[in-house]
Amino acid sequence: MPNRKLEDLGSLIAEEIGMDILSWSIAYNELMMTVERSSIQRVLTYLRDSESLQFAQLIDVCGVDYLGREPRFDVVYHLLSLVYNQRIRLKVEVEEGMPVPSVTSVYSSANWWEREAFDLYGIPFDDHPDLRRILTDYGFEGHPLRKDFPLTGYVEVRYDEEQKRVVYEPVKLPQAFRTFDFESPWEGMEFAVQTLKPKDNQSIKESS
Amino acid sequence: MPDALRSEAPKTQSFTLNFGPQHPAAHGVLRLILEMDGEVVERADPHIGLLHRGTEKLIEYKTYLQAIPYFDRLDYVSPMPQEHAFALAVEKLLELEIPIRAKYIRVLFSEITRILNHLLNITTMAIDVGAITPLLWGFEEREILMGFYERVSGARMHAAYFRPGGVQKDLPAGLAEDIMAFANRFPKVIDDLEGLLTENRIFKQRTVNIGAMNAEQALDWGFTGPMLRASNVAWDLRRAQPYEVYDQMDFLVPVGKNGDCYDRYLVRIEEMRQSVRIIKQCLQQMPEGLVKVKNYKITTPPRAEMKTSMEALIHHFKLYTEGYHVPKGETYTAVEAPKGEFGVYLVSDGSNRPYRCKIRPPSFAFLQAFDLMSKGHMLADVPSIIGSLDIVFGEIDR
Repeated sequence: MPNRKLEDLGSLIAEEIGMDILSWSIAYNELMMTVERSSIQRVLTYLRDSESLQFAQLIDVCGVDYLGREPRFDVVYHLLSLVYNQRIRLKVEVEEGMPVPSVTSVYSSANWWEREAFDLYGIPFDDHPDLRRILTDYGFEGHPLRKDFPLTGYVEVRYDEEQKRVVYEPVKLPQAFRTFDFESPWEGMEFAVQTLKPKDNQSIKESS
Repeated sequence: MPDALRSEAPKTQSFTLNFGPQHPAAHGVLRLILEMDGEVVERADPHIGLLHRGTEKLIEYKTYLQAIPYFDRLDYVSPMPQEHAFALAVEKLLELEIPIRAKYIRVLFSEITRILNHLLNITTMAIDVGAITPLLWGFEEREILMGFYERVSGARMHAAYFRPGGVQKDLPAGLAEDIMAFANRFPKVIDDLEGLLTENRIFKQRTVNIGAMNAEQALDWGFTGPMLRASNVAWDLRRAQPYEVYDQMDFLVPVGKNGDCYDRYLVRIEEMRQSVRIIKQCLQQMPEGLVKVKNYKITTPPRAEMKTSMEALIHHFKLYTEGYHVPKGETYTAVEAPKGEFGVYLVSDGSNRPYRCKIRPPSFAFLQAFDLMSKGHMLADVPSIIGSLDIVFGEIDR
């Protein structure tokens, strides 16, 4: 199996289809590319069919909500090349309500992943063969994984003995969900990260 | 065969059959809308989400440590590899290297879990096609394995044992010997199971050439794990992208030829044998030492130290209230869970809670291809196919 560096993979793709790639970077030994929304189908087809890449599997598609950022959502695609043993992450930035071209025609597995992103984030996909809700209840309203959707939701469900059916009612909690602000001036993240590396090495020495 | 059946049968009107959500062969709360032409399935539309608990949403509101138990409850027949994926993702963002003994313990319990999972899947698949005895034999062994879970973590199923920074506790005295005794005895049990099923005429009639997927289809539909390997694609993350100490383990990756229900069964049987080999190697090679990093910003100090050291007490308190902060970044980390590639896409914004934690369950992809696999088969083949998919709704619905 060829052992190709991620840098080489990134520059190879950027060379071939540079105009569709907005930016690319490598972090934690993972390659990430931001792709123009309208060209995602073309990019995925290229990644799948190119002899030197062969990303045969679309592992995952998901949405991410960056509330307050413009554009608000990310659609994230994870691809895997079995031949070259490499992964790539593609990102498409999309505003609320803006449709993303569906990639179901390129990878069949995109079908349910896109339905899920639509269900949980309300990101519409153009030309999707069957864009229905998938994980939430029949007749559910709203998109639960959006950051402005409350953790407790809006309705709760119970079986009503008198009406002999399941009824939906507004959520009534004896106590509202409390999110504690634990962020303290106590040695925060910077300190933890600073102390991380030397101590780890120490622990490995002790254990070996 | 299905096509021939269709042409010979008298013209019937197709009708819709509601399979589940409370059906014993549905392996959970699966609702299938089957469009039938007589006894032949024309189209299958799985309705999922009946077990949706909003795990990903809940994790966004919990600290990294509190998120661990949610992973046990995804695929509740193989809890530890899922914690493993999350722990590896967090460790990647923290740039943390865990002690070597912890790596061996993780591999050891990942393989115990693989046997645990495959025993459940093979035996329930057998019961779906009419063989009851394998289930009784298999569950006896599962009970022993869950006993190992309990001894190491205190819980039979929802262990919360693999945590960022290592594992929660070291193996208790005597456990390694007992696992070794099990590993020595277990291949005989696999032989017994195989004696009941592998050459069983009824079992083969119900599984051979049923729900077959070729390699190209399996890749296109995002199959991983035993489902992909049954379709003759030799791909195993333990081999291709080794994590922990899998690169030091000597094991084989079994592949099937036809990608049908029978090959999936055979691949799982062989994987159990290989898991036994890995378990033995782990126990033989496992060094003494720490089981979690000695960084009290990430893992808790020992109980004894907390009784005397103020510093240790403060660390303990802060870890269980505020938790630790994870540097800003994102990662996709996957492990070879018993069912396939279980991935976690973790986005951190630098606070003590994950900003986004997308869980990539393997069986979501399998069920998605169910329509393709069942098309043209008889209704009686539907339970065989569902059984061979190895789906658990905890992870599909999340």
